Amino acid sequence: MSLAIELSSVSFAYRAGHHVLEGVDLRIGEGAFVAIAGPNGGGKTTLVRIILGLERPSEGTASLYGEPAHRFSRRRTLGYLAQRSELGGDAPATVREVVSAGRLAAGGLLGPLRRRDRELVTEAIERVGLGDFADTPVQTLSGGMQQRAFIAKALAGEPSILVLDEPTTGVDAESQESLASLLARLHSELGATILYVSHEFGAVEQFVERLVLVRRTIVFDGPPQALPGVWHDPSHAHA
Amino acid sequence: MLELEFMRLALGAGAVVGVLAPAVGFFLVQRRQSLVGDGIGHVAFAGVAAGILLDVSPIVTALVAAVLGGVAIEFLRSKGGTAGDQALALVFYTGIAAGVVLISAAGALNVDLFQYLFGSILTVTRTDLVVIASLGTVGLAIVGLLYRPLAGVVVDEEGARVAGVPIGALNVTVAALAAVTVALSMRVVGILLVAALMVLPVSAAGRIAWSMRSAFLLSIAVGLVSVLTGLTVSYYADLPPGGTIVLVAAAVFGVALAAGALRRR
Ligand SMILES: Nc1ncnc2c1ncn2[C@@H]1O[C@H](COP(=O)(O)OP(=O)(O)O)[C@@H](O)[C@H]1O
Ligand SMILES: [Mg+2]
Repeated sequence: MSLAIELSSVSFAYRAGHHVLEGVDLRIGEGAFVAIAGPNGGGKTTLVRIILGLERPSEGTASLYGEPAHRFSRRRTLGYLAQRSELGGDAPATVREVVSAGRLAAGGLLGPLRRRDRELVTEAIERVGLGDFADTPVQTLSGGMQQRAFIAKALAGEPSILVLDEPTTGVDAESQESLASLLARLHSELGATILYVSHEFGAVEQFVERLVLVRRTIVFDGPPQALPGVWHDPSHAHA
Repeated sequence: MLELEFMRLALGAGAVVGVLAPAVGFFLVQRRQSLVGDGIGHVAFAGVAAGILLDVSPIVTALVAAVLGGVAIEFLRSKGGTAGDQALALVFYTGIAAGVVLISAAGALNVDLFQYLFGSILTVTRTDLVVIASLGTVGLAIVGLLYRPLAGVVVDEEGARVAGVPIGALNVTVAALAAVTVALSMRVVGILLVAALMVLPVSAAGRIAWSMRSAFLLSIAVGLVSVLTGLTVSYYADLPPGGTIVLVAAAVFGVALAAGALRRR
């Protein structure tokens, strides 16, 4: 299995002297489905932003397929659902309009979308089960359905690496379960490398092969079953 | 009214601006940068003053100043944070202060200035109309060509950035378009009210639209109708055109707000 993501001795500080990440080593093979968990403020978002090349490590190196992450040449193969993604602006963008935005990089910037791109958009909408809501403004949908629309947007770009940062914030437990199983299905169907970030990993735990716990550095990395019982204690996780 | 040449020219220039201002303003409003149009207006004011002082066409100097100001504002904004916010204020106030100083140096704190601040659509010449129509058409063509990436960035800027969409270039383009719009709209509604024409129709459309594309097209429709109605009303009621146009747009916003609220019940 070839290496998709590699972080070597990565440290990061937003302000000099205040490290939010220190000595992070992480190697993720192509096609893996990894959960990244840890307490709020533990550095999960910072970690994935470094992986995606949005931030550069203060020390150490971050690479994607062997290239420096911030100068990665095949950006269009990266899909990112940022934490607390909500629609910018107040125009009532429909599910189809949101998902079409995911075809921007891959489908070319100028003029209207070509037919093949429109097909991929429809396909992505159907994959996440929003076929009946394609022309509904996303603001009028439930939190879970909105998140599925954004996941479809990321899928429409046919990413080889898909990063979802807390995609279940503000989503009820039942939708969390169905989102997690949706991702598991997409993972097996599409073979993309998926990083699923969450501060509570209950819902996704049963689907991932690997769990990475981040708290300034990586404090656990392995199959969820191997996680020491003490980490399951919420009071500990949020300490 | 249409038998009068100056009214035909006014309606022509008004129509171009009525379409262009909301088309460009749409993307500013959606990205919660409604005040950028205002900021560019402040800088354009300094440009007008420089033009009067140097005795060159104030429209040309305003255009140059507006584009420089727009790009500067976008640059400062992209740095982000509270410092960016204060940097914007710096550009706003420097623009208006430089304008005041330049204009008094030119000894022109008078009617001339008034025309640029509050509009003077009834003095639009044929040459003006040609300039407004051709620059306006170019601006609209660029918006049309870039509609999809601009809308995509509204939907999810971070996602687009990660996927390699050239966000910076798009943002600078919007800033430059906004600057051209401000310079062209100056004659129609005046510097003080340009931003209103970029914002009010978009807010109105947002209340009643059913998709982003419909919101975009409705914004343009509201802008066009407001300008033409406002001009007509001002002609028959002998009111100042710029102010009347903006009041019509505000009234449409009120109606759209009520209609949207009713529909949602
Ligand atoms: N843009 C930023 N500027 C300064 N500090 C930040 C910024 N983003 C996050 N932080 C800080 O970095 C730490 C890690 O944050 P984050 O990566 O968001 O953690 P998590 O995603 O695990 O909640 C926190 O202490 C947070 O306050
Ligand atoms: Mg986070």
